[in-house]
Amino acid sequence: MLSKVFATIAVVITGGLLLYGVMDFPAFGDPHSPPNAGVKGGGESISQYFITQTYRDTKVPNIVTAVLADYRGYDTMFETVVIFAAGMAIFAILRVVGDNNDPTKKELSSDDALSQKGDHNRIIIGTTCRIIIPIVQLFGLYVVAHGHHSPGGGFQGGVLLGSSFILLALSQNLNAALRRFSEKNYFTLAATGILIYAGFGVACQILEKNFLDYGVLQKVLFTDGPEMARSHSMLGVEVGVAFTVTAIMFSIYANLSSRGTLKDGL
Amino acid sequence: MILAFDIIILIFMVVAAIIALNVKDLLSAAMIYGIYGFLICLLWAEMGAVDVAFTEASVGAGVSAVLFIATVYNTKRKSSD
Amino acid sequence: MVEFFEQHFNFWIYVILMMIGLWAVIAKNNLIKKLIGLSIFQTAIILFYVSLGVKENSTIPILDHHAPAAEVSADPHHNDEPSETGNHGELHPKAGHENDHHADAHVGAHAVEPDTMANPLPHVLMLTAIVVGVATLGVALALAQLIYKEFGTLEENEVLEIIKGGEAND
Repeated sequence: MLSKVFATIAVVITGGLLLYGVMDFPAFGDPHSPPNAGVKGGGESISQYFITQTYRDTKVPNIVTAVLADYRGYDTMFETVVIFAAGMAIFAILRVVGDNNDPTKKELSSDDALSQKGDHNRIIIGTTCRIIIPIVQLFGLYVVAHGHHSPGGGFQGGVLLGSSFILLALSQNLNAALRRFSEKNYFTLAATGILIYAGFGVACQILEKNFLDYGVLQKVLFTDGPEMARSHSMLGVEVGVAFTVTAIMFSIYANLSSRGTLKDGL
Repeated sequence: MILAFDIIILIFMVVAAIIALNVKDLLSAAMIYGIYGFLICLLWAEMGAVDVAFTEASVGAGVSAVLFIATVYNTKRKSSD
Repeated sequence: MVEFFEQHFNFWIYVILMMIGLWAVIAKNNLIKKLIGLSIFQTAIILFYVSLGVKENSTIPILDHHAPAAEVSADPHHNDEPSETGNHGELHPKAGHENDHHADAHVGAHAVEPDTMANPLPHVLMLTAIVVGVATLGVALALAQLIYKEFGTLEENEVLEIIKGGEAND
């Protein structure tokens, strides 16, 4: 009870201060507000630079993908490392090997209706998912490859591919998905994704330029001009991100739904 | 930037957030959290942020809700408040 | 007055959503409800950031790379104009080559007005935030399962009683 009173007071004070601060904001949708157009006398803001110069520098029409994979490549690399670290953390927290009897598991099966393992007739779900899963995977690969021209890129495509394996685990059981994508395979795939990303950066360093400075890869990739080299390196880097995200999304689901045993899940 | 659309979607979002936190059944709370994620994806698509909307639809309303349901399956389904 | 309301009510509702999430993290008893509140807080902040980059009458930040067919036939002198970047060294089929020249000249000659496109920088930063958010949500749910396995309950007050009872016995 005391925590509710304290929470209400804290929320009212914080909300009041924030509402007072919002009064001074520029109008919603104003094209000349400071985030959009910079302050007066300060020159061009960086978003205006991105909008006007991205196609000239990198030949990629999707400005968001170009900024994410090229101009702000460091952030994306460390974001991929964070996703990998989260997958490792869940593996370290939950994973148990061997079949020690779990006392709480016996309590569960008596009261909750969710955990009744009845004799389900899975014809409708099984047949429908068997048709849908290859289409989802094809669409996921398309989203990764077409990220330069349409909304998409490495993350979205990786999540779609991971979701296709989660759908397989939901429509049949977890063992069916694990037979096709075993633990050794998905951790190897996750590590390979990060190594691809860092490999691009180290390749740029070998050719005596900065880390992740893709323009210098034009000697290796045999394009003429640094713009196409940047465009191709962006695709390679997005493929690395997609590998890691696919593997870790499925690994998080497998560990969470089976409480770490990977024996039987949802 | 369409005013009526913004007002209606935002009111639905506030209602969904309040309901998700007040139901006693945790499975329903996870579902309503999925509804909240889809509404916010719609708002971003209307604002012109298509990449963000794509990511939120797949990650927030898809994988996130499934992870909540997987955890509720392995723990208790009923909550006391 | 109505103008002020129209231009600012969005931000008021974002603040209300943030405060709903914050209240749930502090005041709710169940651990899963706390996590749902934390996720609501996170997505409300991301919504606030993305809405800073909205411009009136603007389109999505993806350039229109392929010129429409009407322009190719209507402006014959565009085909003679040399491409500014000039990096098509490889042999393309003739139609594709002309289209690429024309598309490059089209996009390069008509410089993109910054006012017609939504601001791409908040989108980039918030993409990272969403994906990192789901990764940390996974870790939080794993910890919740471990707490359930250890204490047998997910309610905060019961867990605190068990811990205090254990300390009193020692």
